[in-house]
Order: sequence, then C-alpha cells, then structure tokens
Amino acid sequence: MSFYEKVANIDRRVIFLLIGLAVAIPIIFTVRFPGFPTPMVQEIFDLVENLPAGSKVLVSFDYDPASEPELQPMATAWMRQCIERGFRIYIMALWPIGQDMARLTVDQLKRDIAEKERLTGKKVPFEYGVNYVDLGYKSGAQGVINVVLTDFEKMYPTDSTNQALSSIPMMSDTKSLKDLDLIISISAGTPGLKEWIQFGADPAGVKIIGGSTAVQAPLLYPYYPKQLSGQLGGLKTAAEYEKLMGDRYPQYSDIKDNKGRIRMGAQAIAHIVIMLFIVVGNITFFIDRRRGKRG
Amino acid sequence: MLVRRTIPLLITFVVGAVLILSKLFPVTSSLGEEFSIFFDIIAVFAFILGGGNLVKIHGNKIYRRVPGWGYSLVCLIGFFATLSIGMFKTGTGLAGVERWAAPPTYSGGHFNGIYEYIFKPLAATMFALLAFYVASASYRAFRAKNLEATVLLVAAFIILLGRTFIGTWISFWAGPESGYTLPDLAEWIMNYPNLAGQRAIMIGIALGIVSTSLKIILGIDRGYMGTDAE
Repeated sequence: MSFYEKVANIDRRVIFLLIGLAVAIPIIFTVRFPGFPTPMVQEIFDLVENLPAGSKVLVSFDYDPASEPELQPMATAWMRQCIERGFRIYIMALWPIGQDMARLTVDQLKRDIAEKERLTGKKVPFEYGVNYVDLGYKSGAQGVINVVLTDFEKMYPTDSTNQALSSIPMMSDTKSLKDLDLIISISAGTPGLKEWIQFGADPAGVKIIGGSTAVQAPLLYPYYPKQLSGQLGGLKTAAEYEKLMGDRYPQYSDIKDNKGRIRMGAQAIAHIVIMLFIVVGNITFFIDRRRGKRG
Repeated sequence: MLVRRTIPLLITFVVGAVLILSKLFPVTSSLGEEFSIFFDIIAVFAFILGGGNLVKIHGNKIYRRVPGWGYSLVCLIGFFATLSIGMFKTGTGLAGVERWAAPPTYSGGHFNGIYEYIFKPLAATMFALLAFYVASASYRAFRAKNLEATVLLVAAFIILLGRTFIGTWISFWAGPESGYTLPDLAEWIMNYPNLAGQRAIMIGIALGIVSTSLKIILGIDRGYMGTDAE
C-alpha cells in the first residue's frame, strides 16, 4: 500500500488519538495564548463595570454540564465582577440542572471571598438574602419570564431554599423584572438568552447581555445591538473576559482561577488539528478525482 | 365526542385566544400570567407521566429480555436511586418535617453528590465525544466538491482560525487595528452573511409559527389530539 493510500484510508482510531492528544497535552501542560479582547467583549465588560454599586442584576443559569466547559468560565467571571462592583445578584434557572450550576458557581465565589478576606483582612459582603438570592428553577420556559415580568412572587412564592420571598430583604424593593438594572442569561439553548430577550428584557425595558455556546452564538446576532447589548459566544470570548477581569482585578489573574484561558489552549490546538484533517482530506479527494479522470 | 373532541378543542381555543389577547390588550395581561402558572402545574403531572412512561417502557424491555435489556436495568436503577435519594434527602442529617420540607439540593445531601460525581462527568463526557466525531467527519466529509461546498469550506476555515488566538498570530501582517485580521474577517462573516441568513430564517420560522398556531387554535390542525381523522 502506497503512502497516499495509507493516508486516504487512515484508521479513524488514529484520528481519535491525534485529537485526544491535541486536547489533553495543552491542558496537562497549561499551554496559554495571549488574549486580545474583541470589541464586543470589551463593550460588555465596560457596560457591567460602569453600572453603579448596588445595581440589581439578574443572572439566569440556563445550561447543563454538557456546556459547562464553555459557559462556566463566563458565569464565574460575571458573578465575580458583580461581587467586586457591589451589585445585588438575583439567581434564576430556566433549565432544571441550571440550579445546580448556580450552586456550584456560588460555592466557587464563597471560596474566592474566603481567600480574599484571608489576604486582605477585610470582610467582603456576600450574605444570602442581602447581596444575593437564589430563586431556583421553575418549569415553563418563556411562561416563567412572562410572569416575573410583572411579579416575581407570583411565580416564586419561595426561593430555592423554601424561604418565603416576602421575607427576603433584597426582594422588598424588587417586585418584577422592571425593577432590575441588568439581565445576564448564560444559556446553551432553549429556553435561554433568546427567550430572555423576547419575553423579558425587551418588554421590561431592561438591558440584557448573555453568554452562549459557539454553536448557538450565530443565532443571536440578529438581536444585537438594539435588543441585546452584547454576547460572549464560545470559549474564546470567555477567555478574553477572564483576561479583562484579571487586568482589572489582579486577585483573579492567577491562571488556575481562569478555566477559560486554560481550556482555550486545548481548543486552539484542536482547531488546528481539525483544519489539518480538512486540508489532508481535500488533498486526497483531489488526487482521487484526478486519478478518476485519467482512468 | 364531547369529552374527546369538543372540550379539548374549546380549551385550546380559549387558552390560545387569551394568550394572544394578553399581548394586545393590557386588561387581559393578568389572565395570560395565570395561564403561564397553569403551565407550571400541568408540568408537574407531565413529570409524573414521564416517569411512569420511562418505567413502563424499560420495565417491558427487562421483562421480555429484549436485546440490550441490561441498559434498561441500569436506567431504572439510576432512576429509582436518584428519585429516592432526592425524596428522602439522605445525607442531609435532617429529620421529621424539616426533612420533607427541605429541597432535594439541600447542602451536604447525597443528591448533590450524584449530580457532582456522576451526572456532571457523564454529561460532559458524552458531549466531549463530539470532538472526536467532528474531527473524523471533517477528514472524511468536508470536501470542496463544488462551488457551494468550497465557499462553506473557506468560511469555516476563517471562523475556525478567527475563533482562536492563532488567528490573530498568523494575521500579524495586517496589524491588529487594520480590521483585516482573521478574527475581524470571522466577525464580518458573523455580522453580515450570517446575520442576513439568520434574519431570513427567523422571519420564515415566525410566519410558520403564526400559521401553525392559528390552525391549532381554530381547530383546523388536530394532530395534537392523537388523530386528525375527524
């Protein structure tokens, strides 16, 4: 068998092995690439950064573990920024598992805060019911948004811990979506960012930004910039956002706290390997075609 | 006839009409909200029906020993184990009324452990397998067979490169502010050709939804009732 025939009929296990190595090696050796924030990422960062302290921000966790590698770095970065800026955070989930993603993010933030308090000796305000509240998951997708548009308590008589909403201090002046300053939806599909734009942010007249997977991002471009103030699409933008966070708040610049930047190395190498496969595949295709014509 | 056809048609008509009117007339908007809450209540029954259906289908497979019945057994064991751990809140240390009132995700419970150490890695693994199949498919199927395929291939190349830092590196000759780097080109593809296509698709889908919804509300399309014979 000639070299060409070997390449043309390559065993797919070899392809699997190469892509496995392309993903594993950069993660094991923490291969990093310099990040240059794209204009939309910078725009989103500035928008959040310029909100006044005490602003009310709703963060909706509309994804599950399958999209965690892409979306969790965005969620963590936004939540960290909200704490640094002293915002009040309202957590929701339109996906059943989103509630667990939110819980993991809050656990991460608690570890961040403990570390910061240890280093600075200063208390960071992050009290449940005062600085953040977890409303939890409700089924109904856009139906849930439709109701909270005018009344949170109607859809959520209690929060995720079964505490009456009326007894939670930070809900006293927040009756509906219209009382918020910003909505952030981190979503991997439906229901998600699109539903938040159509049924929540737009009718309420509240600004919305969001994070979505690279596959989903193109579907949301029609809403930008009038109805959607910006979106982070895929891991690359998450890594860029982490870079901006690290530059602005140095306590988050350590690479081990920047999962997006670590994973981006693997994605970059994997993309190159896939492109090489496409090039080689096309070369064999054209050789085949030429041979076919001659034959 | 009345129970099987007329009443479901009437419910569909009233709910559909009210939800449309709630968007047009503020007076009816509260009715729209009430109906959205009804959905939440109906969903509870759907979850019970879904669970019952799962047990019925997989129970049958196990009973009849059809090929692959072992997978059904694993599915049912997983279902009942998660259900009982979530219902009884094992590992939370709670007792009595407190235990029943607490959410399944109560801190320290085994339910959280199932999510963290079983569900999360399994879901991530399943999704990660896509990378291998995409790589294999890109080698075997992504060919410049004709003009359309070539355009798609070139666009895919620009997007793939533009979505990594390598795209910035290899377009250093253009200068980061020139607007002609690969990430800029990728952004242009997303902002213009992609946007135009997406808008056209969205408008088409919206018109399709309007037409289908009207047919269902007016009782012309009765497929959702299981038969359209009458």
